[in-house]
Amino acid sequence: MTDVLPIEVTVNGRRRTVSVAPHHTLLEVLRDDLALTGTKECCLVGECGACTVLMDGRAVDACLVLAVEADGTGILTVEGLARPDGMLSPLQAAFLEKGAVQCGFCTPGQLVAAHALLGEHPHPTRVEIEDGLAGNLCRCGCYQQIFEAVEAVAGTAEAPGGAVAPATAEADR
Amino acid sequence: MTEPMTGIGGSPARVGGLGRVTGAQLYLADLLLAGALHARLVTLDCARARIISVDAGEALRLPGVHLVMTADDLPQPVPRFGPQNADRPVLASGETKYHGEPVALVVADTREQAEAAARAVRVEHEELPAVFTVAQALAPDAPLVQDQALRGSDPRAGTNVLAEHRVGWGDPDLAAAGADLVIERRHTFPMVTHFAIETHACAAAPDGDGVAVWSTIQHPNWLQRIIAGLTGMPLSKVRVYAPDPGGGFGGKQHTKYEPAVVFAALRLGRPVRLVLTLEETFQAVRRASCEARVRTGFHADGRIAFQDIEADYLIGAYTDIADRVVGKGSYPAAGPYNVPAVRIVARSVLSHTVPSTAFRGFGNPQVNWAVESTLDEGADALGIDRLEIRLRNLAKRGDAFIPFDTPCDGDWEQTVRIAAERIGWGTPLAEGRGRGIALGIKSGPTTGLSYSIVRLLADGSVVVYAGTSDMGQGARTVFAQIAAQELGAPLDWVTVVMGDTAIVPYDQQTSASRSTVLMGNAVLLACRQIQDRLRAMAARLHDVDEAAVTVDRGLVRLPDGRELTVLEVLKPGLGKLGGELTGLGESRKDAEPGHPLGGAPAFFEFNCTAVEAEVDRETGDVTIVRHVTVSDVGKALNRLQVRMQDEGAAIQGLGHTLMEQYIYDDRGRVRNLGAIDYRIPTSMDLPLELVSEMVENGDGPGPYGSKGMSEGALLCVASAVGGAVREAIGVPIRDLPLTPERVWRAIQEAAAQDDNTAAGERGEETQR
Repeated sequence: MTDVLPIEVTVNGRRRTVSVAPHHTLLEVLRDDLALTGTKECCLVGECGACTVLMDGRAVDACLVLAVEADGTGILTVEGLARPDGMLSPLQAAFLEKGAVQCGFCTPGQLVAAHALLGEHPHPTRVEIEDGLAGNLCRCGCYQQIFEAVEAVAGTAEAPGGAVAPATAEADR
Repeated sequence: MTEPMTGIGGSPARVGGLGRVTGAQLYLADLLLAGALHARLVTLDCARARIISVDAGEALRLPGVHLVMTADDLPQPVPRFGPQNADRPVLASGETKYHGEPVALVVADTREQAEAAARAVRVEHEELPAVFTVAQALAPDAPLVQDQALRGSDPRAGTNVLAEHRVGWGDPDLAAAGADLVIERRHTFPMVTHFAIETHACAAAPDGDGVAVWSTIQHPNWLQRIIAGLTGMPLSKVRVYAPDPGGGFGGKQHTKYEPAVVFAALRLGRPVRLVLTLEETFQAVRRASCEARVRTGFHADGRIAFQDIEADYLIGAYTDIADRVVGKGSYPAAGPYNVPAVRIVARSVLSHTVPSTAFRGFGNPQVNWAVESTLDEGADALGIDRLEIRLRNLAKRGDAFIPFDTPCDGDWEQTVRIAAERIGWGTPLAEGRGRGIALGIKSGPTTGLSYSIVRLLADGSVVVYAGTSDMGQGARTVFAQIAAQELGAPLDWVTVVMGDTAIVPYDQQTSASRSTVLMGNAVLLACRQIQDRLRAMAARLHDVDEAAVTVDRGLVRLPDGRELTVLEVLKPGLGKLGGELTGLGESRKDAEPGHPLGGAPAFFEFNCTAVEAEVDRETGDVTIVRHVTVSDVGKALNRLQVRMQDEGAAIQGLGHTLMEQYIYDDRGRVRNLGAIDYRIPTSMDLPLELVSEMVENGDGPGPYGSKGMSEGALLCVASAVGGAVREAIGVPIRDLPLTPERVWRAIQEAAAQDDNTAAGERGEETQR
């Protein structure tokens, strides 16, 4: 039998101890051991972004992180985005309102990547959003709506004509 | 901020959206099936091979392995199935026909154990000569793809042409004699794949005296029929669960590996699940590539004199639904124009490649690319504007532009004019840029059958049963909107139940952009039946004439003008026992035996796409500066969803236009399986500006005048972009995708030709 190693990870604020095989990935731990299936599996080579989670605040592809590398870290998955009382985060609400969700399969990864992006750039430009989400494929093609959702939360939504909407600009000051 | 309208024509948030943003939505691979075993496919690293022997000894000795199932373990002769021809074996029988065809199914306790065991299965095989291109498949001495026994009395048995579809009217040869300009061009369209982010998956388990099947399938009822046929069980004993797919795009329409998993589960008496990798999914579904020769005749004033179109679609090793794709996709190939003489010959050419299947656009984008691009070249040769030539030929409402078919069912010129206006057609262009405009048309469903049951519960809330698959298009939301509108319930008081054949009544399929129209009408009819019962209730309660009671948007009006809410009638009407009112809606489009497609389409999807592109002459890189897509949707039931579908289709179309293609090696192995080497559009590949508009004239056959939509905006993307690139670089490129390398080469070749021409002209001058 394969050797197993104990690791300790804090997932969505909750400390978890899991025994993992050395070759198991963080994605397998999340989905199979912790039953957190919100994080999705698709390409398994770090190209599609469906398994994006935050590891100590940094967006990573969980399929490329060995479980043992996650030992001692804090992980945030899509299940941890809403407030404990179940209230959606502004980003989640904006995704629904702007129509950034079609089939929904890439959505958890998009949300986590966007969450990380807003952590780094609270008021990202359109180019920064495109760059920041370039690793997250959406075959339904909701990219524009995803951008709009991020901008709505960041207060950088452009009003018609290209000017920043006055109310938002005020809120920024 | 204004509250988003939730009624018909509004933009309510997606029903089922909450689970999708919280991670709670359970897709197939997220389902926990107690005691489920894991299956893996055993495949060969070549295309066509004779299977000499399968040695499972070592695999079976590995820990956790329960079964290595090959064709020999199945009933004999090996059961075959398929939506058109029953030609696909449950597992490869005697011979593999394409790279990735499963030879065996391995079942173990864990996925890892199954993977290890799959690697340990030894398949002794002999690689055989095979065909991977149209030219190879049509060569006189070509190896035959299909077992000849399967072809029966088919006159084309003995060739790799599975079928030939001929459509036509008028006499193109006669018309050619009277034409002022005839041009002939050859265009190619690549093999591409759906790349739904959710890979294909299925599971099966014994279920009492029947079987339960879970699948990412778009057509649960069709899968149910196939499993019933293969196992000899009645339909009632085959329960198909079809959770909302994580994207489908046509790829998930038809049965693939579910039968193998069913046989394994029944044999082991335990649940078995199979989740394909992305690479395996690439080897399960793709779009047919196409080589099309188009000969178009013009009169000097730009009127099209004739169209003579030959299209060879390279389908795969098994029919799947590919031949229907070829027949239906090529049928309207002459486009939305009034053309007096047309000849279309489309062939389904078998090859030792991944079986091609339905893919958004269903065979139309391939011929659209060839026909619309040839039209552009003709317009330029005649010195007529490319928009103008389209308008001159465009069918008007009621025109039988395809004889004996559904006449033009929209104000198509309106759509074209909006697109032209939004792209700034005819305004000056910046250096290095070009514009293109193209029209796309696709026949809607030619037959259909959808049932819906709607239950108005005692508190006024509503349950809708609809067998459509909501794979992202938002069918659930649209059906909920219809029920809310008709029965006066708030949208969040409506539940839509889908994806369980034991509970939800029959639906033929989720394809051809049919669901808003066909299932939508079934939901509407079910609601109207409930309204009838409410009227009867109100008449009884208030002692008035039933015929004089009306129900509209949740309000019951009595003959004396009093208005009651649905609940004010329902509660006393149901009485102390409570209960509910139910309605059954049936929406049927019967086959028309004389029609070449089996029926005239319920509607046409019509789209005009116009783009402005900039080409980097140093790198060949194409930037879409502005992309305008306008679709005639009849009536948008949900504006936001219409926009999402159209923009998504446009972006998907940019994939096959600019970057996507399968690359086969000379042994028929796909060399770019997976996300690293097969690129689809990312957030970095979008048009700098993407504009979608919808035309709404309420002239569709669906609820409130809606038409089907969501494929339209993909149909002519390549043609529009191709036209823009041609204008930008001055030469046409007739092969997709328009990769930087291909564009760069075209620029270099054009420059070299210009140099030669210039040198020639100088030479002449010197001589003089």
